[in-house]
Amino acid sequence: MSALSLLPARRSVPGVFVALTLTLAIGWLVVLLDGGQLFNQSTTVSLLHVAAGLGLVAVGQTLVILGGSLDLSVAYVISLSTLVAAETMNGSDGAVLPAIGLVLVVSAGVGLLNGLLVTRFRVNAFIATLGVGLLLKGYLDNGYDGPAGTTAPSLVQALGYQRVGPVPVSFLLLIAVTAAAWFALSRTRFGHHLVAVGGDPEVARLSGVRNDRVLVTAHVLCSMCAGLAGIYLASRLGSGAPRVGTEGLYDLESIAAVVIGGTALAGGRGGVIGTVGGVVLLASIDAIFNQLEVDAFFKQVIRGVIIIAAVAVYARRAMRKAA
Amino acid sequence: MQTVQPRSLPLRLPRMRPGGVLPILAILAVLLVLVGIRQPDFLAPQSLMSFLGRSAPIILLAAGQYFVIVSGEFDLSVGSLVTAQVVVAARLIDSDPSRTWPVVLLLLAFGALVGLVNGLITTRLRVPSFITTLGMFLILVGAVYLWSDGAPKGGLSEEFRRFGRRAFEDVPLLGRVPYALLVLVVLAVAAVLLMRSDFGRTLVAVGDNPRTAELSGVRVWRTRTFAFILSGLAAAVAAILLGGYSGVSFQAGAGLEFGAITAVVLGGVALGGGRGAVVGAMLGALTLELLFALMNFYGVSGALRSTVQGGIILLAVAVSATRSSSR
Repeated sequence: MSALSLLPARRSVPGVFVALTLTLAIGWLVVLLDGGQLFNQSTTVSLLHVAAGLGLVAVGQTLVILGGSLDLSVAYVISLSTLVAAETMNGSDGAVLPAIGLVLVVSAGVGLLNGLLVTRFRVNAFIATLGVGLLLKGYLDNGYDGPAGTTAPSLVQALGYQRVGPVPVSFLLLIAVTAAAWFALSRTRFGHHLVAVGGDPEVARLSGVRNDRVLVTAHVLCSMCAGLAGIYLASRLGSGAPRVGTEGLYDLESIAAVVIGGTALAGGRGGVIGTVGGVVLLASIDAIFNQLEVDAFFKQVIRGVIIIAAVAVYARRAMRKAA
Repeated sequence: MQTVQPRSLPLRLPRMRPGGVLPILAILAVLLVLVGIRQPDFLAPQSLMSFLGRSAPIILLAAGQYFVIVSGEFDLSVGSLVTAQVVVAARLIDSDPSRTWPVVLLLLAFGALVGLVNGLITTRLRVPSFITTLGMFLILVGAVYLWSDGAPKGGLSEEFRRFGRRAFEDVPLLGRVPYALLVLVVLAVAAVLLMRSDFGRTLVAVGDNPRTAELSGVRVWRTRTFAFILSGLAAAVAAILLGGYSGVSFQAGAGLEFGAITAVVLGGVALGGGRGAVVGAMLGALTLELLFALMNFYGVSGALRSTVQGGIILLAVAVSATRSSSR
């Protein structure tokens, strides 16, 4: 059996886009009745900014989840990346490229460690990445009490605040990364192998896929995506922030976005486009609640309900298909 | 638990059964020796008793988490449940001693209810427990902040707090025995007995192979839901002890879910279910606490706790994984 035949034969529109359209329509109406305007310039821009940060992480997360793995260390990789970026730049425009390079190298290193633990040492992905996350947390807690370093002004300008019409440059970056990930998944050998490994590792191995190599690559890419998110956040905040990843719940939210986007948590089924839908859905709910001035804590309650409900709906569909 | 291991190769030399408690006992012994060298006073009955009392909440949480993990699921909501319980208790008691017992009962019911909801969503709606309990985590944290407008209100009565901070004084030989330790011993014995009962065996069978269990007439969903309820109850007891010991804050339960999972894994319990002993999980929690105490004695910065915790998890799991994968 070739890896190709393991791909789903038809690709239907992920349910997340239906949910997204409904949410936006209802949200727009409710906000309108409330005397506001959902799609004005400032809400759209801030919605896209929220989506850009979470989206970069979630696209990476999609890759590892598709492969049947998981990455809980992304939140700490993000925090670490903001610090590496801001401290390397230290406010000088000349150091932007070396800083970005260093962030990518550091985050790729963390991803490599995750990947090797999961494949070579056969550590359960949940525990492996949690362990690596805790290692990083200790380093961050021990070394930093608050913001450190200064992001280069040119990068703050370009990536943090520059936009084309209502679309921030950072969101364009997300689109580019998503397009690259989509291409890798659907048009390259790596992508097909990754889906095969996530679907059934044993079958993939017997079909000649080098499971370990594929999974390690996915982990490295996932961490690099988190690194990119870190660079973006550093340019947004103007400095490195040792707690930004955990306080933003980027680990759990990115996994939630992936799952809402229709990717199976067990791997082998799904894709990055759905994930971006999930990210925009989460960001839209945020924007709508902000417009309605709903209590921040109530938002979190609703978020929890939505995540569970979305997955329950997918599970129901899968059951019906199987029956 | 005496799970059958049909796949082990007869050719291999006798070795420790995966999921046995021997490795964790060995680690615990080594740590005790290290502590004894550095701080001999620590091993005096008095301080040992109070250390065990302080560790009671995390040990109970580890036992609760064990039930869920051995049945093949996860419970990420326990940390937020502990926080919610402590904050709810403070607000409801509002420093009125006469409300202590009703609130204690209410907390236990609340814990069981959260467990029931987690269990039903996971088993009946087929939502992966990772997502169910993560959603529950968000809901509980949000709800508790919402309900208290962002700052804990009210206060715990002295009556309530005594479970976590008082002790039987002047016990012969042992000196001072904290109430928390007594609660721990009783519940630990109950947990061991439970795992030896039919229910315990069923729970492990469900975690080992749900399909087989289902075919042999086990109602898998009921068994798993019950495991979640036990985890919720454990969180309620842990919250009562923790609230008494360290008071009311939104940070009361922060990170406890990962602490409990670490402890369970350290105790030789396999993630994915079907292997490991509840005693191992509880010893794992004790070992973790002892390790933190040891770090304290050696003057290691508290900020490095998580690094050490992370290193240990990775080491423990990597060692056991490479050992069992060579089967």
